[in-house]
Amino acid sequence: MSDIEQIPVTMTVNGKKVQRFVEPRTLLIHFLREDLNITGPHIGCETSHCGACTVELNGMSVKSCTMFAVQADGAELTTIEGMANADGTLSALQEGFRQMHGLQCGFCTPGMILRAHTLLKENPNPTEEEIRMGISGNLCRCTGYQNIVKAIQYAAAKLNGTEFQEAAE
Amino acid sequence: MNDMTPTREQREAALEGMGCKRKRVEDIRFTQGKGQYVDDLKLPGMVFGDFVRSSHAHAKITKIDASEALKLPGVIAVLTAEDLKGVNLAWMPTLAGDVQMVLADGKVLYQNQEVAFVVAENRYIADDAIQLVEVEYEELPVLTDPFKSMDPDAPVLRPDLDGKTEGAHGPRKHHNHIFTWEVGDREETDKAFEEADVTIKELISYHRTHPSPLETCQCVASMDKIKGELTVWGTFQAPHVIRTVASLLSTIPEQKIHVIAPDIGGGFGNKVGAYPGYICAIVASIVTGVPVKWVEDRMENLSTTSFARDYHMTAEIAAKNDGTVTGLKVHVLADHGGFDACADPSKWPAGFFNIVTGSYDFPAAHLEVDGVYTNKAPGGVAYRCSFRVTEAAYCIERAMDILAQKLDMDPADLRMKNFVKSEQFPYHSALGWEYDSGDYHTAMRKAMDTIGYRELRAEQKAKQEAFKRGETREIMGIGVSFFTEIVGAGPSKNCDILGVAMFDSAEIRVHPTGSVISRMGTKSQGQGHETTWAQIIATEIGIPAADIMVEEGNTDTAPYGLGTYGSRSTPVAGAAIALASRKIRNKAQMIAAHMLEVSEYDLEWDVDGFQVKGNPQARKSMKEIAWAAYHAPPPGMEPGLEAVSYYDPPNMTYPFGAYLCVMDIDVDTGVAKTRRFYALDDCGTRINPMIIEGQVHGGLTEAFAIAMGQEIRYDEMGNVLGASFMDFFLPTAVETPHWETDFTVTPSPHHPIGAKGVGESPNVGGVPAFSNAVNDAFKFLGSTHIQMPHDAWRIWQAAKDLGAHG
Amino acid sequence: MICDSKTDAIRARQSAVRVDLRAVCASSLECAPHPSAPFVNVNCPAVLRLDTTLPAEGEPLSWFGTLGIRSFCGRQREEKDVIPGAFTYHRPSSVAEAVAILVSHGDEARPLSGGHSLIPMMKLRMAAPEHLVDLGGIADLKGITDDGSTITIRAMTTQHELIASDLLAQKLPIIRETALLIADPQIRYVGTLGGNVANGDPGNDMPALMQCLDAAYVLTGPDGERDVPARDFYEAAYFTALAPEEILTAVKIPVPPAGHGYAYEKLKRKVGDYATAAAAVVLTLDGGTVTFCSIALTNVSDTPLYAKEAGEILTGSTLDTATVARAVAAAEAITEPASDGRGPAEYRTKMAGVMLQKALSRAATRAAS
Repeated sequence: MSDIEQIPVTMTVNGKKVQRFVEPRTLLIHFLREDLNITGPHIGCETSHCGACTVELNGMSVKSCTMFAVQADGAELTTIEGMANADGTLSALQEGFRQMHGLQCGFCTPGMILRAHTLLKENPNPTEEEIRMGISGNLCRCTGYQNIVKAIQYAAAKLNGTEFQEAAE
Repeated sequence: MNDMTPTREQREAALEGMGCKRKRVEDIRFTQGKGQYVDDLKLPGMVFGDFVRSSHAHAKITKIDASEALKLPGVIAVLTAEDLKGVNLAWMPTLAGDVQMVLADGKVLYQNQEVAFVVAENRYIADDAIQLVEVEYEELPVLTDPFKSMDPDAPVLRPDLDGKTEGAHGPRKHHNHIFTWEVGDREETDKAFEEADVTIKELISYHRTHPSPLETCQCVASMDKIKGELTVWGTFQAPHVIRTVASLLSTIPEQKIHVIAPDIGGGFGNKVGAYPGYICAIVASIVTGVPVKWVEDRMENLSTTSFARDYHMTAEIAAKNDGTVTGLKVHVLADHGGFDACADPSKWPAGFFNIVTGSYDFPAAHLEVDGVYTNKAPGGVAYRCSFRVTEAAYCIERAMDILAQKLDMDPADLRMKNFVKSEQFPYHSALGWEYDSGDYHTAMRKAMDTIGYRELRAEQKAKQEAFKRGETREIMGIGVSFFTEIVGAGPSKNCDILGVAMFDSAEIRVHPTGSVISRMGTKSQGQGHETTWAQIIATEIGIPAADIMVEEGNTDTAPYGLGTYGSRSTPVAGAAIALASRKIRNKAQMIAAHMLEVSEYDLEWDVDGFQVKGNPQARKSMKEIAWAAYHAPPPGMEPGLEAVSYYDPPNMTYPFGAYLCVMDIDVDTGVAKTRRFYALDDCGTRINPMIIEGQVHGGLTEAFAIAMGQEIRYDEMGNVLGASFMDFFLPTAVETPHWETDFTVTPSPHHPIGAKGVGESPNVGGVPAFSNAVNDAFKFLGSTHIQMPHDAWRIWQAAKDLGAHG
Repeated sequence: MICDSKTDAIRARQSAVRVDLRAVCASSLECAPHPSAPFVNVNCPAVLRLDTTLPAEGEPLSWFGTLGIRSFCGRQREEKDVIPGAFTYHRPSSVAEAVAILVSHGDEARPLSGGHSLIPMMKLRMAAPEHLVDLGGIADLKGITDDGSTITIRAMTTQHELIASDLLAQKLPIIRETALLIADPQIRYVGTLGGNVANGDPGNDMPALMQCLDAAYVLTGPDGERDVPARDFYEAAYFTALAPEEILTAVKIPVPPAGHGYAYEKLKRKVGDYATAAAAVVLTLDGGTVTFCSIALTNVSDTPLYAKEAGEILTGSTLDTATVARAVAAAEAITEPASDGRGPAEYRTKMAGVMLQKALSRAATRAAS
């Protein structure tokens, strides 16, 4: 164990305030997964390419594998665990992913949904191209993205109160 | 009947059975971050293991000094091969009949090979400790080129095999030679070539790549020394086999080993084999008495736990002037790396590569595969592929295009001319397979009509003229691919893994209230078995899929099965599920007859229950029958409603498909854009069209990646290049083309529900479609074959070599 | 690859060899190590040592040398890691405080900005600072201001903020165009302009753009501020004019004339990749004649390249085919790319030319004539 002292970090994660002491080198993803037992965000690549570790931090999508927990001191975080509606039902995005078959193994899904969540906040009516650009920091090995795009379109329509029209093949 | 009584259609819809686009059960947890993957598991006292790895591709190890590492607070142990020798685990058998070092025993054979296993309180300390383990190497000459592996003066990679002239698959002819596998009739084939009007010959290489699921390989091993029981949670596509292997290796009785595969974040063949990490975690848990977690990082994953392909195929076709093919000759040089750790059924050193005659009626064929060692990582797994079928399909589909070019025939027309005809099924191929069913001409015609094939050819011709006139720098390629897969391994007569026949299994129990729990020997890694298996049962026994729970992966509770890979789940376990369901239905029929006081022969099945023939009002639903099975079974009948089936398939299944790819290429940058990709798949009976489409999308995306740049490269010193997601090409949503999917249905005649399997078809058929599109674009400039991968610089290089840059 | 041309310059600085990856304000946005040195990669077989000294006189100086990496014939890699080494964390609230920490810890300290260059390096233990100075708490390092002729972008302004800026969209639209081609959305939220330009990674996009725009970097140290033109800042891969105790605090960009044409053309294998080659062009036209033209290239040498001659060739021309060809040839001539997974050197040089051609043509269509 290094002799470097642990320092306190405080954040609000999924609406709950948490405080822990961490070694400064603790990566945010490990802080979430190991210290807080929030295991929805995943580790897929270690090099900030795959986006499986994506969480929302102060309204931004970030890759929690490439940030130290201490950097997030004082931040508001949302992870997949904080995405469902208040009554416990699936949010529009979660439902969209299920309805449109936007996931298979489920490993990229928490990061993908979190990224889409922030994307739709910034751009409630994205085109297909904007969606594809918007999720380009998230890799999926199973779906080929086509149904993920539809899932996000489905959620956008639902959030906007408009009818979702699945594009013809 | 009152108005509230559901109609037959309503009852059928309520089942959500086969053919229905049922939404996935799994997604409820996955969309909420509640999947349970291996790394999510935390046990009291759990410690963490990580590897010291070799920086050299080929070297003797002269010293391993862990003393400094052991001084670091929090470090518990450092295991080396010497430690493993004490428990006879320094080496382990591979699925291919070779042996493999678990930890480097005196030498290393590839870069990043496992040298020592550090066990520490957490992963941070383990990583700190790795820095402190001192390893001294004495370099040896490195062999990376498989074509030089059997040179007389090639370095000896495997001194442990010194003097062994006989390997697991016959004679070895050189110290770096593993096996020669020969199939077919050489004489007949030679004769066909002698009599041929036209022949072609080309070296077609399929580069080394990697399945690279988003979740790497990982496990937690926990030895309970009091009970003498070992529990291993791991990313296992074949958990039962892992249990058997763990028992054989550790000598712990099999009933005292509990292997559990929880949710798996993608497999694609990467998670079939047994890797040093699993063995070391198990040994470390036995040594320390506490649970040990091992989680591979991405660089380790790409550079060590298995690769795929690396087949160098010399294909020759003999044909008549009218395009009729008369003979096929293929020689393969197979690069297996430092150990032959191919994940193939035991008797098949080159998998089912002898499907290489493809969809065509070759009267004669001959195949020879030579496996060799090099200083590269071991593996050779079926990356979304049924045991080298991908390589075979690529080989024949490229070769047919090259023949078409030589004959100046359209590649689609050449295929149509040579297809096995629908009336020829069951068809016996020249290399020994019996194709179960197919209607190739219909599929191909549908594909060509849908995409407007002839119009595209006309457009291509016009573009070629414009290019020659200097009006455009863009050229156009149309990739045609027609593949026949061979999946569903497999019949016990020819398929086993370490001696265990490749059956699969299902166990179904209907509870008194009419709900069902079912368990299978397979293991989903994203395929959605919890959803689709319930659909088969729903249709077969008339209980709504929503009332059926499917469990896989726990070897204590699930029946023994060989797992999920090679598109075998539906052909094998799917059949077991249907047959177990039918056993239940048969018993239910007897119970219903007793309840209705008629003979069971007077009953007929109707959607979700039995009714008296000619008197449909007299009926008992499965729900009612289930209650009766526990409440008042017929006299003399055992209570309960449960069945097990172990299914040994009589034959493989042979899915097929027609894929067409339209590509535009900028010759000045080498950038290729996929304008359209149309995939028609025939996988027999379709259980869940939504999931099939999803599988096709995913497989095509993998095919796109492999064909267009995804590669594990080595330099001459054996440094593995590109083992991160920066360089290893996994396309994002931006690069990935839009997919158009379609289908025909030709059921398998020998499968209980006629299903054939689909997961791997898009990878098998997709790669040749992309490669043929690139090659098709350049052939008017005089090119015959451009090797994969077709990344931008290589396409640019090809254009330059063909003089396209002026 | 041997870079003799750089040997002397670097040897002259031998006393100051400190930095392989002195990833000052370390967010280069595109994570993962140096793209131009083929072996220095996440799977890098080279041993990186922060304290590596340069080779003796006469010994070839390779990319590894310029990086402070001893190559051992490009062979060895003793570490395999995804966990950073331990460090002491500092979070100053002012530039002065940050500089003071750098001064007191010298080479052991590294400033941290967005972190997408430095943290991957630290995870691979290619960088192992004992003191990490997080600039994220310094409010002064944020913001974009315009004094009419110069736009000043403070160093910790993120790519996302550059993209969202109306001011930049109006006066320096090429910044938005370039920022959108950097890495991916998540990384752009965190990655900063300062980090991108300061760490000397030739794979980064902003350095060439800043050279094209003739920007100046404001370097703040114990003795106050000094301005260094972007065109003079880069010495070799990861070697810059920044002193160990200095922080790059702002970028000053002269506003190009209204109606200027611009384009940043980047060829890359996929989203998130460094450029195979990229070209930045700003030009003005008057009646179809080029009155001003500035060109710079990304990732085709161990530094960004200001293509002065190419710009001069085009000035006064009508962008006719022959002159463009001459300019492209002049630009290609100054490239010295590495061969790597993006392609062999010859290809990357040619792609620099193709990107320049595309950028010129797009810039011309955008310019008011």
